[in-house]
Parts: sequence; C-alpha cells; structure tokens
Amino acid sequence: MTSFNLFSGLRPLLRNRAVIVGLVILAVVLLAAILAPLLAPHAPNKLSIVNKLQPPSAVHLFGTDEFGRDILSRAMYAGRISLLVSLGVVALSTVLGVILGVAAGFFPRLDTPISRLLDAMMSFPDILLAIALVAALGPSLPTVIIALGITYAPRLARIVRGSTLVLREMPYIEAALTLGLPLWRVLTRHLLLNLASPILVQATFVFASAMLAEASLSFLGVGVSTDMPTWGTMLASGREYINNAPWLMVFPGLAIVFSVLSLQLLGDGLRDLVDPRLSKER
Amino acid sequence: MNALLHPVLKPGTSQGPVFKVDRLTTSFRTPDGWRPVIRDISFHIDKGETLAIVGESGSGKSVTALSAMRLLPRDRARSEGRIFLDGRDLLTLGEAEMRKVRGGRIGMIFQEPMTSLNPVFTIGNQLAEALVLHRNLSWAAAEAEALRLMDRVRIPAAKSRLHEYPHKFSGGMRQRVMIAMALACRPKLLIADEPTTALDVTIQAEILHLIRELQREEDMAVLFITHDMGVVAEVADRTVVMFRGDMVETGATDALFARPREPYTRMLLASIPQLGTMGATPGPRRFPEVDPATGAASEGREMPVVTAGTAPVVEVSNLSIRFDLPQGRIHAVEDVSFSIMPGETLALVGESGCGKSTTGRAIMRLQNPTAGSITIGGRDIAYMNARDLRGLRRSAQMIFQDPFASLNPRITVGSAIAEPMLAHGVLEKRAVRDRVTQLLEQVGLSPDMASRYPHEFSGGQRQRVSIARALALEPQLIVADEAVSALDVSVKAQVSNLLMDLQASRGLAYLFISHDMSVVERISHRVAVMYFGEIVEIGPRAAVFGNPRHPYTRRLISAVPIPDPARRGTRIPALASEEARSPLRPLDYVPPKRRYDEVSPGHLVQLP
Repeated sequence: MTSFNLFSGLRPLLRNRAVIVGLVILAVVLLAAILAPLLAPHAPNKLSIVNKLQPPSAVHLFGTDEFGRDILSRAMYAGRISLLVSLGVVALSTVLGVILGVAAGFFPRLDTPISRLLDAMMSFPDILLAIALVAALGPSLPTVIIALGITYAPRLARIVRGSTLVLREMPYIEAALTLGLPLWRVLTRHLLLNLASPILVQATFVFASAMLAEASLSFLGVGVSTDMPTWGTMLASGREYINNAPWLMVFPGLAIVFSVLSLQLLGDGLRDLVDPRLSKER
Repeated sequence: MNALLHPVLKPGTSQGPVFKVDRLTTSFRTPDGWRPVIRDISFHIDKGETLAIVGESGSGKSVTALSAMRLLPRDRARSEGRIFLDGRDLLTLGEAEMRKVRGGRIGMIFQEPMTSLNPVFTIGNQLAEALVLHRNLSWAAAEAEALRLMDRVRIPAAKSRLHEYPHKFSGGMRQRVMIAMALACRPKLLIADEPTTALDVTIQAEILHLIRELQREEDMAVLFITHDMGVVAEVADRTVVMFRGDMVETGATDALFARPREPYTRMLLASIPQLGTMGATPGPRRFPEVDPATGAASEGREMPVVTAGTAPVVEVSNLSIRFDLPQGRIHAVEDVSFSIMPGETLALVGESGCGKSTTGRAIMRLQNPTAGSITIGGRDIAYMNARDLRGLRRSAQMIFQDPFASLNPRITVGSAIAEPMLAHGVLEKRAVRDRVTQLLEQVGLSPDMASRYPHEFSGGQRQRVSIARALALEPQLIVADEAVSALDVSVKAQVSNLLMDLQASRGLAYLFISHDMSVVERISHRVAVMYFGEIVEIGPRAAVFGNPRHPYTRRLISAVPIPDPARRGTRIPALASEEARSPLRPLDYVPPKRRYDEVSPGHLVQLP
C-alpha cells in the first residue's frame, strides 16, 4: 500500500488515448534516429550536385538539398543529435532547476542569493549565455548540453520556486512537518509530487527551445560539429531556399514539431497520472 | 402562456409576493449528461419578509440563489421552471435586461467580505461606481449618495472614511460596505448568501441586527442563505430546509422549530450545538446522538473529569510572539501562560486575529516564540535540536482546520496514516498495515478506504482521516486548531464526539482552539479567552460560562445566536464601535504587565 507499483501505476497511462498517440510518435521518431545507419536509404553526407534541390520523389522521399543530399537520410541522422541534445538539456535543466527552485522556495535564507543568481543569469539573452559557456568549455556534444542545460535552468527554477512558496504554506506540508517526517521525505514525497504539473509543462517548452537553440549554436559555429546534420542546422541552411524548395525546411521542421508534440502528449498523461484528481479511473 | 395558472402581476403593485420561485430545477452538465442538482424548488417571499434557505454543504442552497440571479455558467448549467420578480419571469429575460436586474432590482451580498472589495479603489469610489452605472447619477451626486449609504449601514465617521481604502476596514465594516452596495439601487429583493459565516460571532450579531433594521426601513424582501440554524432563528420569518437538492420542509420559522415534521429537520435541529445546556456539569458531555431515520435525539453521555495529582502534559509560561513589520510590531501573543493535564481539554477561544492559532503553532514549533517557554513532558521545546524535536513530534500532534488542505491530494489515506509510523520506525512494515486498519476503525471509517485518495472523501471523513493520522504516533497532546469549524452541524457533532471518546479511552490532552462557543462549552474542561494576544479570562468551563467576569467574555457569550425563534430580536448588540483594530504597535511599545484576580479556585480574570 505504501509502495508505488510501477506496472500497476503505469497501466492507467496506457488507457489514455493521447498518451498512446504520443508514445507511437515518439517511438517512430526515436527508432528512425537510432536505426538511421540501418534504415537510411542514402548516406547522409553523400553529395550529388546533379540531383540538387529535387522535390520529393520515389527515390528521394523528402527531396534533396542544395548539394543533392537526401533529406530523409539526413533528417534521420540529424535526429540522433537533436534528440540527444534536447533530452539531455531537459534532464539537466530540470535537475538544476528543481534543486535551485526548491532550495529558494523552501528555505527563506537561501531565497535571496539564489533568486539574485537566477536574475543575473536571466538578464543575459539565452543564446549569448550559451555561447559564452560553450566558448569557455570548448565546443563538443557534452558541452553544448551542459551550456544549454545551465542556460535553461533558471526558467524551471523560477516556476519551481513560485510553486514551492505556495505549497510550503499548505496545511498538508505543515502537517507532514508536525508528524516529524524527515525533511528529505517531506521535500521528495509531499512537495515534489505536487510540483510535477508545472515542471512537466515547463520541461516541454525547454525541449523545443533547446532544439532550436542548438541550431543557432551550430549556425554560429559553436555547435556540436559541422559534419553531422541536426534538425536545427538543416532548418537554418534551408532558409535561403524557402521559396524555391520549401521541402528543405518542411521536413526537419515537421520532425521537430512531432517530437515536441509527442513529448507534450506524454507530459499531459504523466501529469494526470500523478494527480489522482484528474485520473478518470477514480 | 400560463397566464391563467400563474397570474402575472403588474410591477409596482403591492399585492402578491415580490419574489416567487416555481418548480425550479437546475441541472449541471456532467460527462454522463445533465444531472439535476436542485429539484422542484418552490417558494415565495413577500414584501418586507425574510425567507431563509437552510441546509448543509451540498444541499443546493447556493445553487438556488445563483439560479435566481442567473449567475451560473450557461454552457454548463440550465434551469427549468419559473422565477418571478415582481411578476416578470427572470428565466425568459435577455442577458442585457438581466444585468439591469442584478444589482438594480436584486441586491446580493456574499460570504467573503475580505475579497469582494477591490483593494486599489477607495470605498467611496466603489460605492459611487454602482450608483453611476445603475442610476445614471453624476460622480458628484453619486459620492453624496455613497456617503448617505454609509451612514445608513452605520459606518462610524462615514465622511472621513469615504476616501479610505478597503485594507483599513475590518471584516465587519467591509460587510457593511457590501451591504451598502447591495442597497445602492433600492432593490426589491436582497439575497444574502452566508453573509456572516466568515465573521466573528460578535460582529455577526451586529450585521444580522443591521440587516433586520434595514429591511424594516426599506420594506425589502430578503432571501437569506445559511447553514446555521441559530442564524435562521434570529432572522427568518419563514424557512425552507434543503437536503441534497430537495426541499425537505418549509413553513413559518417558529412552527418549524417548535414542531418539525420531517426526520431530517428534526435531526438538523437536534444536532445544533446550543449554549447553556450544560449547567454545572464539571466534565464535558457528548453531543446528543441523533437517529437519522427518525430524527430522535438522546442526550449525550457525560465524560470523565480530570484526575488530580498528575503532572501537566504541556506548560506554557509567559509566552510572547511578536512579528516585526516595517511600520511597527505585531504583538500576536503577549504574556500567555497555561498548562494542560493528561485527559484534559483546554479550549482557547477568541476572535480571528486574537493569537489563538499562533499559540497553537508555537506549541508545535511551527512558530518560534519571542519570549517565554513551552514545556512538553518536562522539556523546553525552544532549545530542542532536530533529533529531540522528532521525539517531540511523537508526543504532540496537530489537527488542522481545513480538512481539504491538510491531506496531500496525491497520497492515499492509508499511506498518509502509515507514513509517520514508518518514518519514526515505531512499527515494522507488516504491523503498520494492521495498525492503519485499526486506526481507521477507531475513527469510524472502513479499513478498505485505505487505498482511496483524499478527494474521494467528504469533509467530515477527511477530518476523521486527519485524526487517525494524528493518533498514529500515540501522542499525549493534540492541538486541534478549529478542527470542527469547517464541518456541517451534524458532522461537527459526530467528530466532536469522536474526539471526546478518544480522549476518554487514551487519556489524551487537547488544546482545542475554536471560535465556536457552543462547541467549546460541550467539549472542554477548562476555557481560556484570548483578546488581542492576551488571555483575559481562564478557568473551569462551568465557571467561565456560568459566571463570565471579563466584559469581553460576556460579549462573546451573548453574541452566540440562539436557535430559538421566540427570543428573536430581544437581544440588541452593543452599537458598532469596531475600527479595524489591530495588534500593531510602535516598535518601542512595552506592553503593560497584566494582573489577574482569582474569582474562584482556578478562575482567573484579567484586571483592567
């Protein structure tokens, strides 16, 4: 009764239609990315100038770009990096944001120093801060994730701090304290569980922002690397051809849209799952 | 179309009822279709008459009023039947016409005066706005009229207060402003939805008196919605009793109180806590057990008195709690001392803001004292480190006022009750499960409810869960902060009885913090009356209620509504004098040392 059974806990999730749709989309996107070396019809970087800017056809399902490279294959390979960066950024910024936000919201003494730190970070434009961090750490996949994770942490921390301030005054938190529960238990079980909705909503925003920010970093030459495509860089380089060859932007754009959508659907389902009041089961 | 069946009255004619509700059914949209929440409600109110709708939470009394004002969201609620105001059917009016009715022909006052005024506009401005909108007055004329209205609702020094902001007004004064607003357009009908529920009892008496006087002067019809039978007896000419969306009984208030026909009405009347039913009984006494099938009541059993010669569970001496603000210092609790014996209930009574909750929170170390000491089981809790403090949590527990907010919505009640036992390691995991079952049974819940979430329980059931959770660690002291105040009357009596039974079987000490004098009289061994942070009178319950010495104690006791229509209007409350008094003092203020007079053994009264 006190333990949370993972399987029986997740079963209601699978009865939610939106969650199923989200899971299917995410599975397709993830599989396409992971299995890109097996599934991709062409090599992602193979140039073929005679075939440049071909519209979608049976040979090139998504068409070709300005160097005649197959967009479907490139989009599949690009997903590997884009998804890795975005998920990594979401994970890192959520962990950082929750720690900072709960600390600032729950312990009044830490509020001022942490909040001022967050203000200082948020006073820089996102990209500028990320560029500065990548420049300091040196461009590579992990540093891009770390830089963007730090950049987006204040967004989550702000939301978490605000919600913590409200929840700290709730009688059930005070009741947990007067019951003599250890502080970590009050924070993890009573506070964090009730913070899930705002965190999930904000995390999906960060996921989408990170994907585009990674593109900006690559565009500015401080991104992951130049030889492997990402959805962001494909969008950026396709911009010049938007009028003549819109498929250069449409397909990587759709990839971003569908991965964000799948995460949002999953996020909504997860939120309902942790909130018994919203669950239709009860 | 039904002109023959329902003769349409010409507006302005004096015969016939001002307001008439005819077979009103209101349904809400649910996933399973339209579900009626009130069914077949019919009543009428004549000029100058007060009709009370009384019922417990969920009875549909507020829905009835909101239907009459057409304030329910259209896409999710629909009303069938007819609602006549001066002969016009309100359900057939267009939205623009309805807006003229609201605030124009029908005035309405709500429960929460603290939040129904906009804090960024002056009182005069907000009053004048209604007049400009509804009566086409110029701003200058409207302000003059606003001043007249403030005089009418007896706001002292109205002229100087016209340009003040709401935060300078006390709750009672704000409710007067709300009443003035409702009266601004000389409505035919005043709907008052629990207008005094959020107010202190002394202020409630003043507001009820004011509504009665204004009604006489204006010859208005009043629809009064309340859950409090005492208030019904004070104000209503006729009464409608509602239960789960149905009209159970209706009739003249004196007849209804004297000869209730339906079992539910009898039950409601029998469960009202009444002041002055205890006489010289030394111990507490359970509330009457009411049989819901017949409504018959049997007087409750007397509970044991405190055995002498034991050491107190908690001793509070010279406790002061002050909060420093930029503009001064709040003396929330000032030089408060008391002790509680095992098996004893000390009630801490007083109005909101008097420091009674702060005292309770200090005992639980949710609030650090500024001065003084609190000793529990012989140890001063102010100097406890984290480990000892966890030990303290085992001996002192708290029950909170709001049963909806004191349970984590995401944790099953079984886990909530088990959690403290697991965290303190008092029992093994397997034993915990049995103990949860046992605790749920003790508080009158079924053990299979352990796997449910708090939102699946009613208010009374949740409060039982909170009690079970508080008992899990087998404490010696329970601080019950307004633990039964938010509950319906019948549930209030049951939960109070449960607390008394648990005390008798376990020798628990209670600090029972409450503003409800009639519950306090039943449940407590001793009573301490707090007023602006200080204890003004403390002593055995029989002495404090039977022989109140301090003027404030007397005022508090005399203001409690008496559920006896025959005595209506015989008690005229002292003239409104209250300013927004606050315990805010200059930083260099030194409170005077108070002295107490011992009237009888253990009965102390503060000397002026």
